[in-house]
Amino acid sequence: PQGGRASGGPGSARRRSPLLHSPAASATGGERRASLNTELKLPCGLGAVAVTAVSPQVDDAQSTVSVEFTPTIPHCSMATLIGLSIKVKLLRSLPERFKLDVHITPGTHASEHAVNKQLADKERVAAALENSHLLEVVNQCLSARS
Amino acid sequence: MVLELSAHMQHRQGERSLFPLCQQVRRGQAHRGTPLWFCACSGCASCLMYLLTRGFLGFLPSWPRFSLENTDPRMRGRGIQLLSQVLLQCYSLLQEKEVLHLVLFYESRLQDNHLVIPSVLQGLRALSMCEVLSPGLAVSVLKAIFQEVHVQSLLQLDRHTVYSIITNFMSTREEELKGLGANFTFGFIQVMDGEKDPRNLLVAFQIVHDLIAKDYDLGPFVEELFEVTSCYFPVDFTPPPNDPHGIQREDLILSLRAVLASTTQFAEFLLPLLIEKLDSELQSAKLDSLQTLTACCAIYGQKELQEFLPSLWSSLRREVFQTASEKIETECLTALRALSACLSRSVLSSDSEDLLDSFLSSILQDCRHHLCEPDMKLVWPSAKLLQAAAGASLRTYHRISHSVLPLLLEQYTKHTQSSQRRTILEMLLGFLELQQKWGHVEEDESPLLSHQAPVCSVVFSALLDPSVQLQLVGIKALTVLGSLQGFLSSSNLELVVDHLIRLALHEEDSQSSEAAMEAAGSLAPTYPKVFSGHMVPRLEEELQLEREESHHKRHSLQQRCLQALAAVSTHTSIVKDTVPILLQHLQKVQKGTEAKNTQDVISVCQSLHRVALQCQQDAEGCWYFHQTVVPCLLAMAVQAAMPESTHTLPGKALLEEEVLAAMIPVISAATAHLSPELAAQSVSHVVPLFLDGDVSFLPQNSFPCSFQPFGDGEHLEAQRRLVALLMAFVCSLPRDVAIPQQEWLLRELLALSCSSNCPFTATTAAKCFAGLVNKHPAGQQLDEILQLAVNRMEPSLAEGPRRTQALTLLLWVTKALVLRYHPLSSCLTDKLLGLLGDTELGPATADGFSLLMAESPDVLHKGCHADVRIMFRQRFFTDNVPKLVRGFHGAGPDVKANYLKGLSHVLNHLPKPVLVTELPTLLSLLLEALSCSDRVVQLSTLSCLHPLLLEAPQIMSLHVDTLVTKFLNLTSSPTMAVRIAALRCAHALTSLPTTVLLPYKGRVIRALAKPLDDKKRLVRKEAVAARGEWFLLGSPGR
Repeated sequence: PQGGRASGGPGSARRRSPLLHSPAASATGGERRASLNTELKLPCGLGAVAVTAVSPQVDDAQSTVSVEFTPTIPHCSMATLIGLSIKVKLLRSLPERFKLDVHITPGTHASEHAVNKQLADKERVAAALENSHLLEVVNQCLSARS
Repeated sequence: MVLELSAHMQHRQGERSLFPLCQQVRRGQAHRGTPLWFCACSGCASCLMYLLTRGFLGFLPSWPRFSLENTDPRMRGRGIQLLSQVLLQCYSLLQEKEVLHLVLFYESRLQDNHLVIPSVLQGLRALSMCEVLSPGLAVSVLKAIFQEVHVQSLLQLDRHTVYSIITNFMSTREEELKGLGANFTFGFIQVMDGEKDPRNLLVAFQIVHDLIAKDYDLGPFVEELFEVTSCYFPVDFTPPPNDPHGIQREDLILSLRAVLASTTQFAEFLLPLLIEKLDSELQSAKLDSLQTLTACCAIYGQKELQEFLPSLWSSLRREVFQTASEKIETECLTALRALSACLSRSVLSSDSEDLLDSFLSSILQDCRHHLCEPDMKLVWPSAKLLQAAAGASLRTYHRISHSVLPLLLEQYTKHTQSSQRRTILEMLLGFLELQQKWGHVEEDESPLLSHQAPVCSVVFSALLDPSVQLQLVGIKALTVLGSLQGFLSSSNLELVVDHLIRLALHEEDSQSSEAAMEAAGSLAPTYPKVFSGHMVPRLEEELQLEREESHHKRHSLQQRCLQALAAVSTHTSIVKDTVPILLQHLQKVQKGTEAKNTQDVISVCQSLHRVALQCQQDAEGCWYFHQTVVPCLLAMAVQAAMPESTHTLPGKALLEEEVLAAMIPVISAATAHLSPELAAQSVSHVVPLFLDGDVSFLPQNSFPCSFQPFGDGEHLEAQRRLVALLMAFVCSLPRDVAIPQQEWLLRELLALSCSSNCPFTATTAAKCFAGLVNKHPAGQQLDEILQLAVNRMEPSLAEGPRRTQALTLLLWVTKALVLRYHPLSSCLTDKLLGLLGDTELGPATADGFSLLMAESPDVLHKGCHADVRIMFRQRFFTDNVPKLVRGFHGAGPDVKANYLKGLSHVLNHLPKPVLVTELPTLLSLLLEALSCSDRVVQLSTLSCLHPLLLEAPQIMSLHVDTLVTKFLNLTSSPTMAVRIAALRCAHALTSLPTTVLLPYKGRVIRALAKPLDDKKRLVRKEAVAARGEWFLLGSPGR
């Protein structure tokens, strides 16, 4: 309850925080319906960005996982990166049989549709991860070391 | 030079016989070509010493002159070096006049060639240690050094010498040096200006600290002195690897901090510097600044801080609001507390502004409004800042809580969500805890007392909330309120008890129920009358109530009642109420007709155990408990073991292994803390009960037959089981309590352990025997009884139907002796090592090694006063592991696993640091053990390898191929624990050098996809962690 740290000045740029290390995101089966309220801080110049990812919908039998996340503000420039990080974390943590769907909570972002489309496109996700700068940022978000 | 010496010797012909040394020195000419003084310096210094100490110092000023006046500065230097070394050996023997001569000589040499200076300084150092130095000389030496020597152009060692001279003079000639006034300070500033070596800095900082602490005159040089030291702040120093001097960064930090925080004179320079460093980017600089600020607050006052308070506050606030580092946050809060405490301490002059008040006002202004937003991120940092300031003094507490408490109470009612209320209540709890720190609630002034009613109603409403988290905070707050003497009125107290009973018995969530019981336990000593008057009768009533409800519900309610009765027994007067209730219930349960009453008996025993632990520290309670419970338990057990009652079911419940095992800790805990006199009184009843069947001290002592647990006969089997209770009692006694008829008892136990067909009885007898042997004083008696035991064991071990019993006895006796380093222990251990090769007993023996190394719960541990030497595990390791390894290599294929298992048990119980240093030698064996099909071996090998992967990655990376293959194989083991351990090891592999791992990355990631879909959640969790880490290997941004 008291872990919350708010947006910082430029001084906070180097900080990392474990992204999606909530039990819900790392559990991979069984009671996967726990709510995922996690706060994400990105190593970007804007300081920290809080994100709420709500209720991942998991269907074990059908092998599908669906995650909705809400950026703090409708114009958050990090929305794609956040979505990508969630997607990569799930890709690495879930068995291959799962079909992933990561999208923005409807009505919470200006370019919601474009971001969702990008996140759903396997090839674009793969291409993004070829970009070593982008991969670095994503890895920093996912690294357990703080 | 040699010639010069000879000539010199001629002058002194008359005294030649007195000069044995010079004879030697002359013979030293054999080293032709080598300067003689050099020879003397390296070889004959001790002879010179001899000479000098024999009273020939009179010659001193003249005899080395030939060398000291040599025109070659190198030669001169050597001469002076010799003289200095001699002086260093014998300065204490010099006389005042000689010292004077030497000082004058050395001072004049300071102007000499730079090659000579190091030796001159050595000499001066020797002289600075002389007690007979005439007044005035110290000052003149220092003046000469300050004037003639450019210290910072010397080598490190020579600079160190200068510091030593100054230190020596400061410790013996303080008054004289102070006569120099500020010149001394200035001289020293010049000496240390530019110093770089950490070894010298430590000395220099110490000198500066002494200058300030001993009140030397700093004159106009305060700022210079500050500059010359503060330029090292914050300390940036990483000791080189394999540094022989062992100076750590922390040493420098602490000694510099001692200097900077030693005087208020530095304040005007230091505070801006601290603020600047606090605003920097560097974590270590921030930490150091905060810690230094805290140190300064111990001596500063209003005057020093006044000017800087606003910027200090804004820096501290910014750090707490923004930092991600817990350490920095903690240090900020400590610094804020120190600042507030410092301001609270300062005495006010009537007309000046109250700085504390305005400082606290600005804190309140910046933080208070954040408390109204329990969902927002600044709420906790703000609360922590306020609490830190409030924790500084009673005054700050009043000021802050006066403003914050009403606000929090108001906010609690304003917000209705449980999570928000919880945050608010947690903050409130923090302030209540601070009140606890300041002791009693004072009558009129306390802001808390004026809000008594709303605080109570807020806390009570939290207890009624459906949210468990809120309940838990409410219970904590209740505990704190209860500990504030005089805060809760008696009507409130009864309400508190009602709430606690409700939560303890009827709350669905076990967390809340347990917390309520804990709270009752911690409040009971403060209000024993309320708890024994209200809570205990209610619990008794609930316990006895026969209800119509389902069996399951009644059962769980009874369990809760038993737990609550135990939890609340934290005061002797309450114990006297609860113990009879528990014993009465025990009697009722064991007489009951229901088949499932074993578990109930165990529950009562667990409650009794808890009570026993809680009254161990209180002599009166302890004796009451012992006197009441032990005879009662024994009587019930004896009654149950009487031959005719064993046929009926209820009698048997008390004799079941689990029940006896639950009674053992009760008796053991009730016995271990008895005073020796009372224990002796008790032992004189219990031992005759078992040896002679003397039942007179038991509460109901009319039994149909006699009690003969050591007698022969089938019908006595039940009685023999009660040896477990004897063990619990007799093995827990303090070591200095004599046991009557101990020899007889030991013989009976030995016989029983070897002859009984019941494994429980045999093992218990063996444990009891071992427990007594461990405490038995060394001597002939002990040797005899051990010999007897060995004679009994050997034939049974060799062959026959009772090999297992004999092995159990051997294991326990070995453990008893290993623990106390008895000489016979090695012989018994060798016997065990031999048995590892036995096809029948081998596996059991291998498991026995775990018994030898592990802490046993009921006997042979520190808590029951056993003789346990601290390093016994290490010793056992060093003595026996080579033998185990040899045995493994020599063993046949069918018994090899036994050795591995034994080895892994030994390794598993070894302290981790020892393990890491010893393991590399055993590594190949461990790798082989990974292929062993026994899952115990696999598991313990994995748990041995795990720390090694983390702490010795270099050694492990040599075996990376084997490790990867084996770990991945084991991730599909049928045993869950093995899968988890293998995944943990696969995770730990990532701490090896990345270059070594990269070739395996793809393979590992593919292989780890399978456990991601494991059917066990804990396995999946480990797999996710391990796989995630492998993905990051060699990838940017790791």
